[in-house]
Amino acid sequence: MTDSDYIRIEHVTKRFGAFRAVDDAEFAIQQGEFFSLLGPSGCGKTTLLRMIAGFEFPTDGEIYIDGQPVTGVPANKRPTNMVFQSYAIFPHLNVYDNIAYGLRKLKLSKAELDKRVGEALEMIKLSGFEGRKSDQMSGGQRQRIALARALINRPKVLLLDEPLGALDKKLREQMQFELRQLQKTVGITFIFVTHDQEEALSLSDRIAVMQKGKVLQIASPRELYESPNCREVADFIGTMNFMRGSVKAIDGKTAVVDVEGLGLVNAPLPEDYSFAPIGAEVLIGARPEKLDVVRGAPHPGEKGVKGDIGACAYLGDRNHYQVTIAGRAEPLQVATEQGDRSTLASFSPGEHVTVSWGDNSLVLLPKD
Amino acid sequence: MARTLKKVGERGWGITIFAFGYLAFLYAPMLVLPLFSFADQTIFRFPIEKFSTRWYEEIANRPEMLGALWNSLIVGVIASLAATLLGLLAAKAITRYAMPGKNVALGLISMPLFIPEVLLGLALLIILNVAHIPLSLMTIAAGHVMLCTPFAMAVLIARMDGFDKSLEEASLDLGESGWMTFWRVTFPLIAPAVVSSLLLTFIVSFDEFLLAFFLQGNEMTLPLYIWGQLRFPSNFPPVLALGTCILLASCILVVFAEWLRQVGAPKDRPSVGVGG
Repeated sequence: MTDSDYIRIEHVTKRFGAFRAVDDAEFAIQQGEFFSLLGPSGCGKTTLLRMIAGFEFPTDGEIYIDGQPVTGVPANKRPTNMVFQSYAIFPHLNVYDNIAYGLRKLKLSKAELDKRVGEALEMIKLSGFEGRKSDQMSGGQRQRIALARALINRPKVLLLDEPLGALDKKLREQMQFELRQLQKTVGITFIFVTHDQEEALSLSDRIAVMQKGKVLQIASPRELYESPNCREVADFIGTMNFMRGSVKAIDGKTAVVDVEGLGLVNAPLPEDYSFAPIGAEVLIGARPEKLDVVRGAPHPGEKGVKGDIGACAYLGDRNHYQVTIAGRAEPLQVATEQGDRSTLASFSPGEHVTVSWGDNSLVLLPKD
Repeated sequence: MARTLKKVGERGWGITIFAFGYLAFLYAPMLVLPLFSFADQTIFRFPIEKFSTRWYEEIANRPEMLGALWNSLIVGVIASLAATLLGLLAAKAITRYAMPGKNVALGLISMPLFIPEVLLGLALLIILNVAHIPLSLMTIAAGHVMLCTPFAMAVLIARMDGFDKSLEEASLDLGESGWMTFWRVTFPLIAPAVVSSLLLTFIVSFDEFLLAFFLQGNEMTLPLYIWGQLRFPSNFPPVLALGTCILLASCILVVFAEWLRQVGAPKDRPSVGVGG
């Protein structure tokens, strides 16, 4: 922990009876960062967000915002604002009054109020909608009103609880883009809760992956995808083939691992490889798109294993194959990119092929 | 809708006859009131030979009756305001706070609905006697508050359960205190239910007889007055005229309350409910 940490979560635990909704969370968020809490439903991400907002209070631990401890401070006294999952647009107020809601205490003049609300509406491209009621607005518009209403108070941190969950796919993608633009413009720290891994990957500077109340890994989207630190993270973000193996040797920056079905492979060592001393049981992970299916010998400089094509699926931009290899019960998942139309999917079920991989495609993971 | 509803005619006329018979059973006796209130006679007997509005004109000449009406209005207003306020507090506590014994509290508040009113009246009379509290309109009102609060609570709980709690959280999040959140968000959203509760509890109090009978002092409420007049047939027709007026007012109130209930029905439910 350093002084530059804008938000600090120190050993925060939240228990509901015997259930640990959040279990000893410990991390820091920098000013201006777009930070996501990612995990399946019930993993504790919303509870953690609500503790930062001041709607729930930790059973143990401390929360700091901009150097100030806020652990026992109620929501209305915190420098945070929230965009709710349901948007929580006040149904009895029009758009103007919704957006101006948090400004009452500032006792601004009517002209000043008009100016601030006008700017907020411009920011969300809804100028001219002041007089509309919330039930006359579409889902995307309501979402933007909720954003403007939260940002008009100029909070130190904006908290977003699955704000895109209720939108359809096209609109969601557009709002993701707008959200990212908006965050860059206003420069406010965003903490974003989502269960959608693609959304988290495309929006965030850093992501905390949570499961069963625990923070498993905090890293940039690229690092999370390329170097997950455990099976749960690797499994939750994208797809991965997991193979059991045991460490035979450590050689500089690689581990030599004897893997079921594949034989000896060289896997790059992660930063912390204390879990993998010589002789240890480990997992080797490989993303389907990092593997390739070829006829005959593997690609130059790569290793390969012989197998038989099981199921095939054509997915438009890529093909999915299940390849059965000797010494392994589960088939390997392989995804190959589509070339131009002359080289369309050329493997069929039952065909003898070689699965080819480069050492850098492999991830060394602790055995679970 | 998965299946279309059959029209009445397709089900045969039996159900229609039953429905109208049932309505007649419920409401025909009530029609006796306006009918005889326009009859120019003091004895209830058919055929009615002559119609007139003289009993309506007579209302003004019965100060005792108007006094009783006025007392009932006062008791009704006090009881409905107090019961709605208590019901609101109870509804807020029950829908918004996690507390031990919530269901027990809910049951205890509703209990007066299930205790025979005779026993309730008797118990209250004994308590007031022991405490040397003189009987008056206020003791009747106090008894009515007890009876009306469960109604108010039920109406208000239904409404408060029906709206998205993140609306209140959003207000707190935007910097308002709990009290201001109540006035700026909660109250406007439950206002239709508050009005329904006021109307419902007023009507419960207005026609309540047993508790009023036990707890009355020197002043009577309208139901007590009407009961007292049964002994004097010649005094009765103006009571019918007044009763008809009240019946009409009740009908208007009921229609108004129902309209409010529909206008105020929750439309602001969240469209999603998943979260981590």
